[in-house]
Amino acid sequence: MKVLVGLLAALTVLAAGCGGDDGDNAAATTTQDGGGTLVVYSGREEELVAPLFERFEEETGTEVDVRYADSAELAATIAEEGDNSPADVFFAQDPGSLGAVEDRLAELPDEVLDRVDGRFRDDDGRWVGTSGRARVVVYNTDVLTEDEVPDSVFDLTDPKWKGKIGIAPTNASFQAFVTAMRLDVGDDRTREWLEDLMENDPKFYERNTPVVEATAAGEIDVGLVNHYYLYLVKAEQGEDTPIANKFLPGDDPGALVSVAGAGVLESAGNADAAERFVEFLLSDESQRFYTEEAEEAEIPLVDGIEPKEGVPSLDELSDSGPDVDLSSFGEELERTLELLNETGYTS
Amino acid sequence: MSRARGGRRAPLALVLPALAVVALALLPLVYLVLRAASGDGRGFELLWRRNTLELLWSTCLLVVSVTAASVAIGVTLAWLVTRTDLPGRRIWAVAAALPLVIPSYVAAFCLLGALGPRGLAQQVLGVERLPEIYGYWGALAALTLSTYPYVLLLTAAALRGADPSLEEAARGLGRPSHEVFRRVTLPAVRPAIGAGALLVALYTLSDFGVVSLMRYDALTRAIYLQYRALFDRQPAAVLALVLVALTALVLLLEGRSRRRTHRTSPGVARRLQPHPLGRWKLPALAFCSAVVGCFLLLPATVLVVWLARGLDRTDWPWNEALNSVTASALAAAAAALAALPVAILAKRHPSRSTRLLERLSFTGNALPGIVIALSLVFFAANYASPVYQTLVLLVFAYVVRFLPQALAGVESSLAGVSPRVEEAARALGRGPVSTTVTVTLPLIRSGILAGAALVFLSAMKELPATLLLRPIGFDTLATDIWRFTSVGAYSEAALPALLLIALSAPFVYLLSGRHEPEATEHG
Repeated sequence: MKVLVGLLAALTVLAAGCGGDDGDNAAATTTQDGGGTLVVYSGREEELVAPLFERFEEETGTEVDVRYADSAELAATIAEEGDNSPADVFFAQDPGSLGAVEDRLAELPDEVLDRVDGRFRDDDGRWVGTSGRARVVVYNTDVLTEDEVPDSVFDLTDPKWKGKIGIAPTNASFQAFVTAMRLDVGDDRTREWLEDLMENDPKFYERNTPVVEATAAGEIDVGLVNHYYLYLVKAEQGEDTPIANKFLPGDDPGALVSVAGAGVLESAGNADAAERFVEFLLSDESQRFYTEEAEEAEIPLVDGIEPKEGVPSLDELSDSGPDVDLSSFGEELERTLELLNETGYTS
Repeated sequence: MSRARGGRRAPLALVLPALAVVALALLPLVYLVLRAASGDGRGFELLWRRNTLELLWSTCLLVVSVTAASVAIGVTLAWLVTRTDLPGRRIWAVAAALPLVIPSYVAAFCLLGALGPRGLAQQVLGVERLPEIYGYWGALAALTLSTYPYVLLLTAAALRGADPSLEEAARGLGRPSHEVFRRVTLPAVRPAIGAGALLVALYTLSDFGVVSLMRYDALTRAIYLQYRALFDRQPAAVLALVLVALTALVLLLEGRSRRRTHRTSPGVARRLQPHPLGRWKLPALAFCSAVVGCFLLLPATVLVVWLARGLDRTDWPWNEALNSVTASALAAAAAALAALPVAILAKRHPSRSTRLLERLSFTGNALPGIVIALSLVFFAANYASPVYQTLVLLVFAYVVRFLPQALAGVESSLAGVSPRVEEAARALGRGPVSTTVTVTLPLIRSGILAGAALVFLSAMKELPATLLLRPIGFDTLATDIWRFTSVGAYSEAALPALLLIALSAPFVYLLSGRHEPEATEHG
């Protein structure tokens, strides 16, 4: 048994050694002197945002270490880590994830916050939106013309859409949309809509991408999603894939504009670089990235930067969309989920 | 760790390591209790919701069906490749075990890609609609695909190791072959089937990838939903504890079905005269082809089609492959070492407490990866920060998650070695430690290797804990697959997936047992 214990000890040492070798980055993250390395927890996909990190490295000489995972799981991780979190910046997919760790985030300077409209940042200045995404109705162009797609999500309860609608009710983006509807038309009307929609046997998907894929495959005719998934699916399946987005007019809740955003952790070891990074995300150059390069064509949030062709600008969108406060979505989420649960959307 | 029944007291050198291993394996459970106890108790209200009961029911339904399907397929195959004159049975033995290397989430993607709406099958067959694959049947298919090899491998190993003289005697007495199988062969390998079924059931309980892709409402899906939508860790912990309770139930059932089947004599290790299949040869071949076709060739074809579509866009993920292999190999070695004291204690000093200790080490296996990951985030970030986000912690997480697989390997070979051999060594004046090292360990070497190989294969596929616990920038093949599939870029995910399969395949060859029974080497 001594041999075993010895082996075990040897293995531990070996593993620790390997950990040291492979974990140069990890070791750097725990140094609190901000030795030139910035640690970002990114809930945004590597495929979409990696060029932004590279550019920041080139521009500032600061090395960026990125941990990629699901936004909400990273939020839970930050909460579990507490003050010992190695993260400097949390770059998240949705206001909900940022709101969930709000008490761990530091206030951002006004000049950073003021880059974007008040709608797209936290009321207390703890996180700021970095790019916009509009809710749309994606539809199959073999089956429908744009005019045949209803102008309001409230029309989707018409029996003619029975079995033809796809949604992702467990996904944060759908829940934000329902929250917007609640704040816009009230809980009772929202419940009624959810119940009526359920009568139409909507198909449930886990995330937005499968909804768009299913629309392309003709499994459903229309889907309620964020606008940019269309471009990702077309990049995979080809430009001639029979799908298109309809941006809903007027103040329909189905035209909600939400954001991906970023915040700096209060416990950040490299707070200066962290702040600089958030500032960088809102620079004209980074905002133009969404117009000129990014496949997914998100909407720039900074004044004067136009989105990619075919995507309405923030100005055009700001006439439409419900008038709601994104930073209140965190507290409102619970009521939304209760409603979704009671109406059978999330069991 | 009191006295074994009629045996001698378990040496401290065995008890202490075993206790340490189990204590570490219980960390996720401790975390869950801490989380469930904090907060305002709202999480507990969840327990009495109708939805939760429905979830419990659908989870049980899935576990029972996947286990039943895996046992049916696995045992049939194991018998065919070890006991009959099936043509090409060596090749079938390996090919039929290979689906083990396909991560279940990849299997689900592939099944959807092949049989889903406007999938490959529809394009090839030119039909308008195929039966709906989402839901129960899709989840059953994808999970059975990735788990029946556990039953196949363990049962085949046990069949190879079983003393053939009893079966020969039964046949000599003129018993029909189905009766020989039912009354002689089956009881001899029942512990192995039970161990395999247990791994299948625990895997099904813990899986999230398949049930989410196939949109089947299981407990894990609800747990993830709590984390992802509600950012609420307390209800998630309560639901995870329900999962732990289910695990306890599964373990209890498996423990009951176990018989104490020590081999009374090492037996004569020689091949049993293969059972002639006769007119059943064609159906048997058709069965093997169907299993290998559906569960290996179909997913592989889908991956190759995807790969062909996007080969020009993909770089070979060599670095990721190296990382995967390094982390998985360390996990395999560590898990095998950790399993030894627990297994030897439970098998050689059986008592209520040693068995309980062994069972407790199974907790981690049925918990979804996210729970293991967050528990280790919590403990390591706050109490062991030097190892946090290092390879050490990642390897540790793999050990916690996959310890039962190493245990299954070690225990099944321990069960095949008569304790009399060790008693003889003791009687000749060897001490307990010396006996273990010089007698027991060499005898169960192949079982240790088999357990380590199982852990290696699982660690290669692991995703949720890897994402949160890996050192920053430490990309593995599994995280690479995730990176591409999460933006719908299947053509780019195909290469890391195929590479993962190719790198894991040799271990299945090892596992599918060209080795002769232990007794030949040392008997």
